[in-house]
This record gives sequence, structure tokens and C-alpha cells, in this order.
Amino acid sequence: MYRGQSGQWSWLFHRITGMGVLLFLLVHIVDITLIGFVSGKVYDDALRVFSTGIVRLVSLALIAAVLYHAFNGVRIILVDFWPAAHKFQRQMFIGVLVLTIAGFIPMGFFVVAPIFGHCPTGPNGCQPFLI
Amino acid sequence: MATATGTRTIHIKVKRYQPDKDAKPYWQDFAVQAEGNDRLVDVLNKIKWEQDGTLTFRRSCVHGVCGSDAMRVNGRNRLACKLLVNDIGARVTVEPMLGFPVIRDLVVDMEPFFAKYEKVKPYLMNDEPAPRTERLQSPEQRERYDETTKCILCGACTGSCPSVWANPDWVGPASIVNAHRFIFDSRDHGGAERMQILGDRNGVWRCRTIFNCSEACPRGIHVTDAIEEVKRAIMFGTTDIA
Repeated sequence: MYRGQSGQWSWLFHRITGMGVLLFLLVHIVDITLIGFVSGKVYDDALRVFSTGIVRLVSLALIAAVLYHAFNGVRIILVDFWPAAHKFQRQMFIGVLVLTIAGFIPMGFFVVAPIFGHCPTGPNGCQPFLI
Repeated sequence: MATATGTRTIHIKVKRYQPDKDAKPYWQDFAVQAEGNDRLVDVLNKIKWEQDGTLTFRRSCVHGVCGSDAMRVNGRNRLACKLLVNDIGARVTVEPMLGFPVIRDLVVDMEPFFAKYEKVKPYLMNDEPAPRTERLQSPEQRERYDETTKCILCGACTGSCPSVWANPDWVGPASIVNAHRFIFDSRDHGGAERMQILGDRNGVWRCRTIFNCSEACPRGIHVTDAIEEVKRAIMFGTTDIA
């Protein structure tokens, strides 16, 4: 492995998170397809899987991946279109990490809280899905 | 033991490969007495002259101008003649650059690299009759491409680029830097031709703005920035906005 710096890590994370989000998208297409091509009950059962504790934890990775990929995508656009951006690419990478963490904490809380019996969106928010 | 200028022992681990006798590359350790202000190339010379004459590496001017001795030092592409023992520590790993076929030990095959360099037509293209004196240029016009004139074609940028490792057909950062040098030269009329070459699928668009090239360049060229300028020139169809 080449000992690259922030630019190499930002690119590597961007690729990994992109593949992760794509994988989720494929799963999502399959579960949405169930309602039309199989039955409403199978669809409901499939959706319940998303509310199990283990899948909620996997969802944390998805949230982190989406946030990182989105913010780093903006960083890449800036590098492409803003002539001075190359001078600040390292600072922008740090900014991407800060924004990802800042977005992840509240979103992660809403996803994980039901595992511990806490429903931040009210009793109807997670009752039917909490297993 | 280690002082700024005193003699010290350098433990150097070199990736060896001699195709006539080795099935695959292997690591070999050497211990060398060196001064703090010796360069890595001096250390390699000591190994070759005093310990193992079969160690093979390129060097020519040994002053950071010819670009012959680019190699991967402690994981990063560097010129062996521009690294002081003081700056590399007592334990050093030295390998051939990634992305190039290895011919022997630290010597890589630069032919594909130069073939891609030639592809971007790295010479002045101007069909107008040559004037009696120089083709004049203002200091501002000269400044526009000054940085990319500094390239010494060592290949350090190209060997540090994951896009090159993934796709050996990609033109690579050094070629784009040398295209930039002429695209932004007010005396040159071949910019459109070069931008057409660089606008295809193995042109500038395979750059993923990883910045390894800028960090690796021993001449301090902001390689990624030069590539981005060429991208913008192609996208907007003008060198004024880039």
C-alpha cells in the first residue's frame, strides 16, 4: 500500500462508501419490489427486518456512508471547479469528517434508540417495527 | 548515537528482484555507516560498492535534475538524491515505484511512461513562419505555465497514482503536466489538438483528485491543480477561465 495522505484516504473512503450505498440501494430495490411482485405481507415482513437491532446497527454504517459520500462529493466538486481548492483540500477533508460526525450523531441516535426501548419520535414512531 | 552530522548506522531494507535468478521479489537488509548529510543515493552507492555489487538502481546527475533515481522510500515516491539521511531516519525501506514493470531491483521500465508522454505532443506547435527574433511573451504569459516547465519526468507522480495502478493505459499525471506546459503557452497553437487527446476516455477524466501526485513531486509542482486546469480548459473550451 502506498503511504498516501489525506487525499488518498478521502478517495478510498469515497469508493468504499459508494460501494456500500450502492449495495444498500440494490437491497432497497429488492424490498420495494416485493410489494408489487410478491405480496403486501411479505413486504411488511421484509420491512420489519430493517427494524431489528442488528439491522439498525448496520443502518448506522449506511448513515455514515451516505453522509461521508455526500459531503466528500461536494469537496470533489469544489476541487473540480474552484481554482484555489487544491490549496485547501486537506482542510476540506477535515471539514467533511467533522460534518459527517456532526450529522451522524443525531441521526444515529434516532436509529439506535429503539433498540434500548426509547422512541424519540413518540410511541408510534418505532412501536410496530421494534422487535 | 545519531547526531545531526555524525556517522550513524542506517538499517536499510531493499526490495530485490533479479529476474534471471529470482522467482519473485524479496526483501534484503543492509547496515550502512552514513553521515547525517549523506543522501540516500550515497547510501545505496555504499551498498553497491562495498557490500553487494549486484544491487541495481538508476542514477545519473545525482543532483535532483535528471529524475533517474525516483523510488519508493518508506512508502512514498522520492528522488534518492534529494533525501538526506538526517531526514529519513535510521530504518529505511526502499522499493521500486508502483505502476511500472520492474526490470531489476529498483530499476523500472520507463518505456510505457515515455510513450504516453509523447502521446500529448510535448513540443511547441506553431505553423506561423518563425520570426527573425524570439517569439515574444509577456512576463504574465510566461508565468501562466511556469510551474509545469519544472517537470523532470522522474515518474514519481505517475507511480503514486492509484488511477495509473488500476489502468496502465491511462495517460497519467506526468503527461498531463507536460501537456499543460504547452496548452497554456501563448506561443503554442496545438492546445486544441492536445485537449482532444486528453478529452478521451484515457485522458484527464480518469484523475480522481487523490493528490498523491502533488505530494510525491520532487519539484514541488501542484500536479493535481495542473490536471484540474486542463480539465476546466477542456470543459469550458478556453484556457482563459481555467
